[in-house]
Amino acid sequence: MNITVTINGEEHSHDVEPRISLAQYLRETLDLTGTHIGCDTSGCGACTVTVDGAAAKACTLLAVQVDGCEVTTIEGMAQNGQMHPIQEAFKENHGLQCGFCTPGMVMTAVDILKNNPNPSEEEIRHGLEGNFCRCTGYHNIVKSIQHAAEKING
Amino acid sequence: MIPAKFDYIKVGSVSEAINMLEKHGDEAKILAGGHSLIPAMKLRLSRPEMLIDISGISGMDTISEDDDEIVVGANCTHSAIASSELVNSQLNILAQTAKCIGDIQVRNRGTIGGSLAHADPASDYPATILACDAKIEVEGKSGKRTIDATDFFLGIFTTALTEDELITAIRFPKVVNGSYHKFFQSASRFAVVGVAAVKEGDSVKVGVTGVSGTPYRATAVENAYDGTSSAASHAVDDVDVMSDHFAGEEYRSHLAKVMVKKALEA
Repeated sequence: MNITVTINGEEHSHDVEPRISLAQYLRETLDLTGTHIGCDTSGCGACTVTVDGAAAKACTLLAVQVDGCEVTTIEGMAQNGQMHPIQEAFKENHGLQCGFCTPGMVMTAVDILKNNPNPSEEEIRHGLEGNFCRCTGYHNIVKSIQHAAEKING
Repeated sequence: MIPAKFDYIKVGSVSEAINMLEKHGDEAKILAGGHSLIPAMKLRLSRPEMLIDISGISGMDTISEDDDEIVVGANCTHSAIASSELVNSQLNILAQTAKCIGDIQVRNRGTIGGSLAHADPASDYPATILACDAKIEVEGKSGKRTIDATDFFLGIFTTALTEDELITAIRFPKVVNGSYHKFFQSASRFAVVGVAAVKEGDSVKVGVTGVSGTPYRATAVENAYDGTSSAASHAVDDVDVMSDHFAGEEYRSHLAKVMVKKALEA
């Protein structure tokens, strides 16, 4: 089935099998390997991207379901060689250890901050319910998102 | 993990979906948000040969007021319900329920119609649907019909929907005094026990999910209700209580009473 998807601002058209997930499509067809696949059944959040601005788990979406949508992956966050404020905040606050969960954490943070520009620590922790960090580095991840909020709000 | 091969069609209308269901019978599955169906297909627990994507049907993702009722389209996502001003002001118990489903990503994609049709015994909506006396509007080849919440859930993953029917909307009365109380399974965020209570004057309606294979109205609690929480001791009267590795029968029975007590005291 032919789909056309705008990914990180660029339009892509491909013929895909219906059973191919968005995560696989991004990684294997487009070489956008920043979207990680962890549990592959919507539990861990490593594959989080935004679809039309809302965070979604790309392992549990079929590529055909996002035909006509706008998808942003971690590769689309930096602009003109400048990291996004959320990425900067993760770097400055040691918001990652092994880094496997980080793309998903950053993309979920986009959704958290879009709907709540000044989240409390508790609100951030609730917002991250669908993202697992098996290094258990949650403390600095939360700190990073708080710092990102400050940066974005100026 | 990759699901078994299937064909996919995105339909533009309810009648088109019904035609496809009629044509493909039990080899077809309706795809709404897909957040229960797609993982089950990846694990090969489910192997439909045809997926009928209903997410593009216009008018099925709206929330509207109809006199004393709130009509929620089957394709409304949990996050749309949780953030709806109409739901928050006129049917707050439903917003409370939607807010505690899964996580941000799941709430952005999962839909109320999909969740109800799937009928996971640990899902949240059934308790609230039952306590509110909501009506489920469905459509199939023989036309439209309305199913009372109390007649909808028949067992684990089993509902009163026939093979050619799909849910189009859920019709709720406005609720002034209602609340949903959930004991989370800490990893999956499903309900170990979920209790919804709607109070009207001297009476209460109580819906319970997670406790039995079929969500139920706790009529024994409702009959014994005297304005205090003492009726909570009847939470599992005549109920076949589930037992699994998260919660054994005795623990779950006790937890049901605790959660009903909380709901009655709220």
